Amino acid sequence: SYNTSKPLPQEEAPAKKLRLTKPSKSAALHIDLCKASNPTDALQYLLHFARSSVEAESVEGVVRILLEHYYKEQDNSVRLKIASLIGLLSKTQNFNPESILDDTLNTFNTEKSHQVLAQLLDTLLVIGTQLPESLIVRHRLIEVAYKHLSDTYFGVRNKCLQLLGCLGNVDTPLNKDGQGLVPAVIGDAQSLISDYFADQDPRVRTAAIKAMLQLHERGLKIQQTIYDQACQLLCDDYEQVRSAAVQMVWVLSQLYPESIVPIPSSNEQVRLVDDSFGKISHMVSDGSWVVRVQAAKTLGNMLQVSPHFLEQTLDKKLMSDLRRKRTAHERAKELYASGEFSSGRKWADDAPKEKVDTSAVNLIASGACGAFVHGLEDEMYEVRIAAVDALSALAQSSASFAEKCLDFLVDMFNDEIEEVRLQSIHVLRQISTNITLREDQLDTVLAVLEDSSRDIREALHELLCFTNVSTKECIQLALLELLKNLTKYPTDRNSVWKCLKFLGCRHPTLVLPLVPELLSTHPYFHTPEPDMDDPAYIAVLVLVFNAAQSCPTMTALFSDHTFRHYTYLRDSLSHLVPPLRLPGRTQAPGVSGIEGSGSVESAQLFLQQSLSRISTIHNLQDPGAQDLLNFTIRDLQRLGELQTELAGAADFSATYLRCQLLLTKALQEKLWTMAVPLCLKHNAMATAAAKQMLEETYKLEFLYSGLENRQVATIHHVRLQAKALQLVLTARTRRGVEPLISVCEKFLQEVESFQRLFVVELPHLQESFVGKLLDLSPKLSACKPGELVKILQTTLRQSGFLNLQLPKQVQRASATIIEPTGESDNPLRFTSGLVVALDIDATLEHVQDPHNTVKVQVLYPDGQSHVIQPKPGDFRSPGPHRHRLITQVYLSHSAWTEACQIEVRLLLAYSSSRLCKAVWSDSSTEGLQPAEGATEGTIPFGKPVKVFIMPKPARR
Amino acid sequence: MAREVRCKTVEEPSRVALAKTHAATPSFKNKTASGSHLSNVHLCISSSCFLSGAGQDVGRSCILVSIGGKNIMLDCGMHMGFNDDRRFPDFSYITQQGRLTEFLDCVIISHFHLDHCGALPYMSEMVGYDGPIYMTHPTKAICPILLEDFRKITVDKKGETNFFTSQMIKDCMKKVVPLNLHQTVQVDDELEIKAYYAGHVLGAAMVQIKVGSESVVYTGDYNMTPDRHLGAAWIDKCRPDILISESTYATTIRDSKRCRERDFLKKVHETVERGGKVLIPVFALGRAQELCILLETFWERMNMKAPIYFSTGLTEKANHYYKLFITWTNQKIRKTFVQRNMFEFKHIKAFDRSYADNPGPMVVFATPGMLHAGQSLQIFKKWAGNEKNMIIMPGYCVQGTIGHKILNGQKKLEMENRQTISNGQSEIERCEPGCCCLSLEVKLQVEYMSFSAHADAKGIMQLIRMAEPRNMLLVHGEAKKMEFLKDKIEQEFTINCFMPANGETTTVITNPSVPVDISLNLLKREMALGGPLPDPKKPRTMHGTLIMKDNSLRLVSPEQALKELGLNEHQLRFTCRVQLQDPHSDPDTLSRIYTHLKSVLKGYTIQHLPDGTVMVESIVIKVSSSAEEPNTKVLLLSWSYQDEDLGSFLSTLLKKGLPSGLSSM
Repeated sequence: SYNTSKPLPQEEAPAKKLRLTKPSKSAALHIDLCKASNPTDALQYLLHFARSSVEAESVEGVVRILLEHYYKEQDNSVRLKIASLIGLLSKTQNFNPESILDDTLNTFNTEKSHQVLAQLLDTLLVIGTQLPESLIVRHRLIEVAYKHLSDTYFGVRNKCLQLLGCLGNVDTPLNKDGQGLVPAVIGDAQSLISDYFADQDPRVRTAAIKAMLQLHERGLKIQQTIYDQACQLLCDDYEQVRSAAVQMVWVLSQLYPESIVPIPSSNEQVRLVDDSFGKISHMVSDGSWVVRVQAAKTLGNMLQVSPHFLEQTLDKKLMSDLRRKRTAHERAKELYASGEFSSGRKWADDAPKEKVDTSAVNLIASGACGAFVHGLEDEMYEVRIAAVDALSALAQSSASFAEKCLDFLVDMFNDEIEEVRLQSIHVLRQISTNITLREDQLDTVLAVLEDSSRDIREALHELLCFTNVSTKECIQLALLELLKNLTKYPTDRNSVWKCLKFLGCRHPTLVLPLVPELLSTHPYFHTPEPDMDDPAYIAVLVLVFNAAQSCPTMTALFSDHTFRHYTYLRDSLSHLVPPLRLPGRTQAPGVSGIEGSGSVESAQLFLQQSLSRISTIHNLQDPGAQDLLNFTIRDLQRLGELQTELAGAADFSATYLRCQLLLTKALQEKLWTMAVPLCLKHNAMATAAAKQMLEETYKLEFLYSGLENRQVATIHHVRLQAKALQLVLTARTRRGVEPLISVCEKFLQEVESFQRLFVVELPHLQESFVGKLLDLSPKLSACKPGELVKILQTTLRQSGFLNLQLPKQVQRASATIIEPTGESDNPLRFTSGLVVALDIDATLEHVQDPHNTVKVQVLYPDGQSHVIQPKPGDFRSPGPHRHRLITQVYLSHSAWTEACQIEVRLLLAYSSSRLCKAVWSDSSTEGLQPAEGATEGTIPFGKPVKVFIMPKPARR
Repeated sequence: MAREVRCKTVEEPSRVALAKTHAATPSFKNKTASGSHLSNVHLCISSSCFLSGAGQDVGRSCILVSIGGKNIMLDCGMHMGFNDDRRFPDFSYITQQGRLTEFLDCVIISHFHLDHCGALPYMSEMVGYDGPIYMTHPTKAICPILLEDFRKITVDKKGETNFFTSQMIKDCMKKVVPLNLHQTVQVDDELEIKAYYAGHVLGAAMVQIKVGSESVVYTGDYNMTPDRHLGAAWIDKCRPDILISESTYATTIRDSKRCRERDFLKKVHETVERGGKVLIPVFALGRAQELCILLETFWERMNMKAPIYFSTGLTEKANHYYKLFITWTNQKIRKTFVQRNMFEFKHIKAFDRSYADNPGPMVVFATPGMLHAGQSLQIFKKWAGNEKNMIIMPGYCVQGTIGHKILNGQKKLEMENRQTISNGQSEIERCEPGCCCLSLEVKLQVEYMSFSAHADAKGIMQLIRMAEPRNMLLVHGEAKKMEFLKDKIEQEFTINCFMPANGETTTVITNPSVPVDISLNLLKREMALGGPLPDPKKPRTMHGTLIMKDNSLRLVSPEQALKELGLNEHQLRFTCRVQLQDPHSDPDTLSRIYTHLKSVLKGYTIQHLPDGTVMVESIVIKVSSSAEEPNTKVLLLSWSYQDEDLGSFLSTLLKKGLPSGLSSM
């Protein structure tokens, strides 16, 4: 191999270099570089070379060749490229960059070009960051950085500071004498860097601050002495410096919150955190929006600030013509307090009252004054969002501040950008535990219910769920607006009901006096019975019933039909209507078992009981086993419907049991005793059962979240059973051995991989199908297909029933298509051959990683189907475990004679390989790459929706 | 003691400093007289007084600035309050006869409001000015529409003569050079101007005027809080010598605009919901567009169906320009116009007179804003009787107008029964007392919402903080209010603040830096003497020769200067004799002096040379004694010009004699 790499300089190459020269790359590069007649050519070769990858072993050789050319090269740009290439190469995996460090450092001795120097320092930075442990390397690099700090070119100073920031000594310097390897100056990177806070180049100033921040991040305690410097940098001419300085001041405020700093031009002193809070607040009205965003964000992270300063941020003294004026917020509050809230305002009722003492008016916002008032009014929505977020963070830590910022947040509900409106609603929800809304505030909040954006309305419903109100009028107001909302946007039904449920739960005593009015009962007269299908009436009932839950006296106010409606709703909308203790009424007998107490615990108990009852079955062939399975499945399904918290677990168990039932039925078919040619017809049923089992196992595995390894093993076990069944059936129908052999082999492979995957679980599977199969495993691989089939058949029949262990929390992924509703009779008309966009709006619950898994399927009447993958941006996440898909799918078809329905449904795509990796990578000892047998497919979930479409023939 | 000058020519090394120039008398009337580095900024607000008391920005703006020998007119506005000559600025202040062209270098118009551009055709066409007129693109587009409207009303309706014609407006507009934001325009070799965004109305700009290192920023009208269609004013830290700012709201700090918006929307919404009609009298341009956007988006958001109308006329043309100049609007409109231009209103339609009688709720924007004539008044008369209806006054109303009356709660109005002839789109038209009166009962709700687009006191301070001017000049406001702001500015920023009256001139002395070319070698040599850390904040002394030649200044090393000037180098040495009473012999005296100096001058190199001299640095000291008096020694000191300090110190020291306890070694 040495010969092929001939160009390597023999004369200066010591023996160890030869070891490295895998001929290919380095040699070719060398030849290329030698060929290059001018710098442009050389640059081209280098650029070309940069695209190819180099193996770890040959990196050192390549670097040497590059350096050799480096010294010969006159042109700066080529040298610069070489320097950058060395940096790139040092990042090669499994390569230790320490070996090229010396050579790289040597280049500094001869280099004259500033640009190349900067690049070389960058290369050092790359090398240095890869060797963070080696103290010696770090010291050497820092030394280089220190030497070039006084360079006249800003780029070099920049890189030096970056090096110091990334590699500078974080520990206190050990040898203070400056002896040995660590000169004193290197030990104290901090003061060195802070010298460059006053550099003439703004880029260097920025780099210096960033380097300091880097040191901080690496654990160095920054000294308080630079606080003044950092504060001065807040007034820098350049925005990037100011932005970095804001961060610096913040870091210091977090390090020394309680230090005392003097206020200039007075004798007073303040805590450092308060001082810096004031200074950063000042930056919220900076000229550059980048700085404003930074400042607004930072304010949210300063939780130790004194309440006095904090509240100033919302303070803006108004005046008009030198007279003090009250803000609209103050006026609203006063009006409310004086009981005149609803009166319309007149001109000049905001007329300024007392005269302002001119000397006391502070026009320039000194300190924290009005920072948030400015931030929330900013031109750029980025700043406004940052300010809203900061308000949220601060309000969550201070109840009194939360109370104060309420008005401002409510004002933001009117912002021109929807994102800001949405964010402020979310924030209000987050802090709503701390506050109680006044009537006038609630009024403003409720006005937003008419917003045409569904996101906004839903966010608002969510907010109302957590809101505390103070008076019964508030409840009435809220109900009124929600009903208005319901008539305007009927699709909001569920969301509105849910909202009223919580409203009722939270304020039973406020609802109580309203009940007669709400239910329109009259002491003397019978009123007509309201329409039970009216969503508005249901809404009222939901409110009342939920309030009645913790207010036993309320039921006395109900009229007869109310009780009837209660029973009906309790059954049909069990998730919205709580169980009530009704006097003199017994529950319907059928549901007494679980529903009696209605609590989750009892349902849980029932679930456990059902499962343990099943576990008495040892063998599925036992008489009565089938009946037991049948009943249990029915029970579980009903339980799932009644108790939403347990729906996942119940469904999961039911599906599992159904698989077992299918298997039992299939095995009990008469076909097994029949002669092969006669059983073709019966066969169909067993084949279908096997197929269904297989499908169900995929649902079990991928549709439910919260599964543990144990359950996955059980599911895979069922899958093996299904596959074994299929194999047996195939053997009985197919003629010839050839195809059977490959099927058998595949099956055996799967058994093997099962064994590998679930080593931990195997002890639990002793008595099961697989357990028995594995006992025979040495024999299995040797035997012929025919024998194998026989073995499988008997094992399937004899194997015991595998009990299902439920994990703590199982959730079923679900999807609801909200839009299109499927109720429209007007077909969507479009010209055939062209496309029409269909808006889809769906909510997904408990779907992990919906961006990759959820797809939309469109089924045309002719059997054609399309699967569409929505864009990642179409998914929003309004709450935990909840996603919302708002997307458009494009439809197209050739012309039809009349309108027809197409079906739109959501699919959950799965791929077993992906999940295998995710689940077992930590538990398995060796790096498993379950590439083999990776199945991919889709599970339809959620109800499909039908849409009328009508492709018309194109007019000529 | 005598000083002996050995050489004749002295090459004086000079220290480079920023030369202070002194104030010269303002030279507005004589442009040619202004010298090269005169640095006074001369301002005057053109004659006669403000309309005070109205408190509104109806004054005419016209400011003359003289900077670095250039004369610039900022804005050329008219006064709405007068119908005679007083409505235009008095241009005779600049020149008694003849054209203005030779006295003005350029005219800059900040925005299209008539109090800032109304006198432009008069000045350029009737008084006579042919130089460049600068304004932004939107201003250039909208300005002629307003001028033409103004002309129509004055000439066609009121029948005035001796007024500018349509053709004159066209000719005037031909002289306009459009400006882009942040684009530096070179008016001539020395004068450059640059426009900044000012908010206020579409196309409003602040202008920086720069001659050499001196600069003035004129704000025009500006707004520091963004609204629904325009962004906030912004300027960089340009540190002008003077910032000329409007101060309409010098004594006001406004509430958050969100409350105002919310109130406005709530009122409109409530009225529409209960089936009432809402009338909003507006000025055709500016606020009207903001309110339109506000209502349009609200309608869109809330899915409302009630119609919104806009009385036609000027507005349609103007809206067209709003659609075109998207880059001048705020972030939201700029970002969403690709999907939909916000000015393409979906819910707002053109108004027809017959619609006013339609049943059901509606919202109508109608001109003029003060409800004194025209469509807004007509509609008001129709709707005033119904308490379900509402009128929202979004701006200030002048005393005497119906708008002012109803705002003050008047419930019965006496109205002239004039069959309105005008189609009334104009602001300028004023109501004239009619003959026949009829009384009108006002039952509808009257609301007032202030949507002003001027910076408030805090906004002005914010702008000062942004620009960091060296001097401040307040215009466009009431004196009493400005006084307050002036005090505040001087107190907070410690800068001078002026508030000149009309016709008054303010002169500010600047401290311009004089650029000097320095030779690279000299710079490098001087750099090498400094420490390793360059410290830009500290001024540094350096030696060199300043050459002023051909209108340029250069700083070169003395050697090079000599070479260039073809002169020989001469040295200047001072010599002085000091008489000393000393009984020792000459060499002993010398060594005594040596010991003495050594003890006094620590840190200097002092040598006792074998040829009988003592050298202190480059100063030579010799001793000789006269034959008659051996005890009287004469010391000869000689030093070069550069060591003057040390030399004179030594001579004084030695004059005091030697201390007695000195050993002669």
